[in-house]
Amino acid sequence: MTKLLQTAMDAVAVGSLYALIALGYTMVYGVLKFINFAHSDIFVLGAWSSFAMAAALGWTKAGATPPLLGGFAILLASMAFCAAAGIAIERFAYRPLRGAPRLNVLITAIGVSLLLQNVGQLPFVFGTQPQRMPQLLPDRVLASVAGVDLRLVDLIGAGTAVALMLGLEALVFRTKLGRAMRAVSWDVKTAALMGIPVDRVVAFTFGLGSALAAAAGLLYAMKYPGLNQPAHATWVLLGLKAFVAAVVGGIGNIRGAMLGGLLIGAVELFGAAYFSPHLRDLYVFTLLILVLLYRPAGLLGRAAVEKV
Amino acid sequence: MNGPLLSVRGLTVRYGAIEALHGIDLDVPEGRIVTLIGSNGAGKTTTLRTISGLLRASAGSVAFAGEEIGELAPHEIVKRGVVQAPEGRGIFPNMSVDENLALGAFTRSDSAGIAADRERSLALFPRLRERLSQSAGTLSGGEQQMLAIARALLARPRLLLLDEPSLGLAPQVVATIFRIVREINAAGTTILLVEQNARMALSVSHVGCVLEVGRIVLRDEASALAKSDSVRRAYLGGE
Ligand SMILES: Nc1ncnc2c1ncn2[C@@H]1O[C@H](COP(=O)(O)OP(=O)(O)OP(=O)(O)O)[C@@H](O)[C@H]1O
Ligand SMILES: [Mg+2]
Repeated sequence: MTKLLQTAMDAVAVGSLYALIALGYTMVYGVLKFINFAHSDIFVLGAWSSFAMAAALGWTKAGATPPLLGGFAILLASMAFCAAAGIAIERFAYRPLRGAPRLNVLITAIGVSLLLQNVGQLPFVFGTQPQRMPQLLPDRVLASVAGVDLRLVDLIGAGTAVALMLGLEALVFRTKLGRAMRAVSWDVKTAALMGIPVDRVVAFTFGLGSALAAAAGLLYAMKYPGLNQPAHATWVLLGLKAFVAAVVGGIGNIRGAMLGGLLIGAVELFGAAYFSPHLRDLYVFTLLILVLLYRPAGLLGRAAVEKV
Repeated sequence: MNGPLLSVRGLTVRYGAIEALHGIDLDVPEGRIVTLIGSNGAGKTTTLRTISGLLRASAGSVAFAGEEIGELAPHEIVKRGVVQAPEGRGIFPNMSVDENLALGAFTRSDSAGIAADRERSLALFPRLRERLSQSAGTLSGGEQQMLAIARALLARPRLLLLDEPSLGLAPQVVATIFRIVREINAAGTTILLVEQNARMALSVSHVGCVLEVGRIVLRDEASALAKSDSVRRAYLGGE
């Protein structure tokens, strides 16, 4: 019972972070039809820029107590910073390649990813040493159920992730801008004929996806405060799993990314808890293979025949 | 303004090494229906896509209401009132009929005006009203074409570009659509109509142009063209 409860809580916490990152992959794929391999580096940038801001404010010193809303201020600041970075990357790396063969764009994305990783390691940026993220969010034990502590910080983390997803859902499905995003994602040329400024919608989509990845970066560091250096393989693997979440849910599908993230989190953490903790990556990629075999378009993907 | 609403001069468009339009001239006077007829691959769609800014001309000019629009982005062209219902209808099948209509009004923010134009569109196409919340992909071909035109009207076009609205539709539906095209024109919207169905197109239009492999070879009053021997032979199947 204890184990079940603990695992379920972790699965939701980690799964919602995968979902936040997966949303960026899926939205960019939606509008530009390519996989932005640099997206996982934006997630890393979110975690590390939060750390850098906390350090600059003196909150990383031993015994320092960040103000109550300090964590949220940093969350917003790092989301804004990463949004700007995402928009700049699209503007200078991808937009000049609009209309170029997709392989060129893909290779460029890998180049951008390597650039971000290596710039991040520079001594005057984040450096090559791991760091410890201070707890920026308020924390205390709220309740104990069957020996499992329900912690405030976990609740805030999962709550923030869920709130961001609900906000995104409302934006995409209830607003004019969201409708324009969906139109661009269905067909760029027809969207342009509606009078939609396609370039601006694409830039906005990059900014939005990057902001969500930044939030995931900070929330991840709240849960696992040992911050590996920016080019560490663990980051790459996390980004890859979020990408798997996007594919499992159906690449290009926003609700699919959320579902995929939670599913990947559940498979990984329940597998680790009940089978073997050493094979957690295996569970994720097995799920990917099964989905690709039986529902190649993903769980909520555009599999149905939609004849135009 | 005295010149034609739309004035195309020496328009040359290429796809890579292939030149699809070899310098065409085309005028659309305000208040008229001009039809561009031609067989498969003549360059009709290429012409409309270039006017809408989806393709860039390698030479020539496109002027709308006296302003050169050849270098503008497609959304800027829509804002000026040049609105296209594209070939193949271009509806968003994963959205509802209502959402498709709302997208037509994307460039506008006058909610009262949008509501009035939406009513007007639905009055022209009553079948759409019954299907507002239905996903557009489940509409019949004829209904999808109606949606494409209704949606274009929501942008409040000064010039409406229609690319083969009769494509793949049953004769009665084609007749309905052409009747409505006339009504839209009678209410004041200038129309450039592209068609393979030359008989129908000429019967509703004021002026006709014949496009053959990237060149305009004939241009006349629509009624005169419909009687011309070469047009009858090549496009009207006959006699
Ligand atoms: N994307 C493209 N790439 C290369 N060539 C193209 C492209 N689109 C059209 N073409 C060529 O340009 C020419 C004109 O095509 P266009 O689509 O304008 O013809 P159309 O008159 O609209 O024909 P249809 O009645 O079949 O729609 C054709 O020879 C066609 O093969
Ligand atoms: Mg065509």
